[in-house]
Amino acid sequence: MSDSQHLSSQFDEDLARLRTHVLQMGGLVETQVSAAIEAYTSGEVAVVKAIVDNDRKVNDLEKAIDDDCAHIIAKRQPAAYDLRLVLGISKIVTDLERAGDEAKKIAKGVQRIYENGHFPTQYGVGIRHIAEAALVMIRQSLDAFARRDVLQAQSVIKADKDVDVEFKSIIRQLITHMMEDPRTITTSIDIISIARAIERIGDHAKNVSEQVIFIVEGRDIRHLKEAAK
Amino acid sequence: MQNENLTLKAEARNLNFFYGEHKALKGINMPIYDKKVTALIGPSGCGKSTYLRSFNRMHDLYPGNRYEGEIRFHPDNTNLLASEVDPIEVRMRVGMVFQKPNPFPKSIYENVAYGLRVRGENNKRVLDDKIEHALKGSALWEEVKDRLHDLASNLSGGQQQRLCIARALATDPELLLFDEPTSALDPIATGAIEELVHELKKRVTILIVTHNMQQAARVSDFTAYMYLGELVEFGKTDEIFIKPKDKRTEDYITGRMG
Repeated sequence: MSDSQHLSSQFDEDLARLRTHVLQMGGLVETQVSAAIEAYTSGEVAVVKAIVDNDRKVNDLEKAIDDDCAHIIAKRQPAAYDLRLVLGISKIVTDLERAGDEAKKIAKGVQRIYENGHFPTQYGVGIRHIAEAALVMIRQSLDAFARRDVLQAQSVIKADKDVDVEFKSIIRQLITHMMEDPRTITTSIDIISIARAIERIGDHAKNVSEQVIFIVEGRDIRHLKEAAK
Repeated sequence: MQNENLTLKAEARNLNFFYGEHKALKGINMPIYDKKVTALIGPSGCGKSTYLRSFNRMHDLYPGNRYEGEIRFHPDNTNLLASEVDPIEVRMRVGMVFQKPNPFPKSIYENVAYGLRVRGENNKRVLDDKIEHALKGSALWEEVKDRLHDLASNLSGGQQQRLCIARALATDPELLLFDEPTSALDPIATGAIEELVHELKKRVTILIVTHNMQQAARVSDFTAYMYLGELVEFGKTDEIFIKPKDKRTEDYITGRMG
């Protein structure tokens, strides 16, 4: 990694703008996830609508950043750290966009549950907890990107394990619910899809962190056994 | 790049070089692998051309130049720099292609025949055969086979450069040195030379100096980064351009100020 400047200050500006856009997009996705959690508790239709509307902004940012990446590759032929940064960013925005999609799925699931006259908080007790954990993962993976912080990125990857474990326990809980009282099946299935979306958000935060490690250290740790990370 | 068996073709050992008092190469130790392309990169004045030219004893032509250390040439383990080794013999085994195409003011045919005639080959059938082979090797044959006796200076810049490569190939060298072979050529002719380098490495080891980093990344298997007469980093090209070990290499290939 190098902090010194390029001979071309235009190139420095291009890369700085790219990083800023990624952080903007990340901030927006973080807000989306946090709004989805709020909607889960409050059931406010306005919040759900705002999430669905804002998802379009996330999508637009993804396309704009990918376009910037293509321009930088074509014009500057980046190498080494610069190349890893551009490649990493192009993957990070895909994960951020998908995390945004999951937030939208949560919002829509919440809407369905309330429309059926139910309250989701009656069912999945652990949902709020796992959702907060996924939100922290997203935030920390973006911090790790902003500060090029490998240790932070590694702690996000570890946290994903906990979210996965909690997700499984929520599913078991809901299955018990459904067996005890078949009238809860419709709502339980919606809650399972919400839990699944939260678990996926955690996965995306983990993927972002893996890219941060690739950008900073040049190590590709995807699909490696735990010990090798 | 998968692990493969690499054979040493040449090897610089504690190589120093002096232009009079000025020490231009400082303790270079570096392998050159057989039938691979090795690129030498670095800013102007870093010694990469000086290093390249040591391989065919070009510095012998000027008084006051002095080598220290060895360049071992395999498989026979000859020290190319030893005073008892005849530079003419070295240049038969180590061919060179320069920055600007420099055909002799002779016909296409005679340009390629030159090295063979110096070697004492005058049999027309042998010459015809070797010239065709060399021109095919440099991907020029189809363009010139009907006008072999035209003046070489009538060819385009890119064709002249390929003629110079044919001329270097005619004596069946084991190592070919390229000193910025495409810096005077347009992108199409450059592409043709790069494609040729890729073909040539099936039969000959190649060492290439280039200022064009993307070219080094495209054509070479190994890359050496030199700075102020020293070898800073040597490694597989794939690794140097994605994840260099030395910060100076990183700054150079990413276009940063040191």
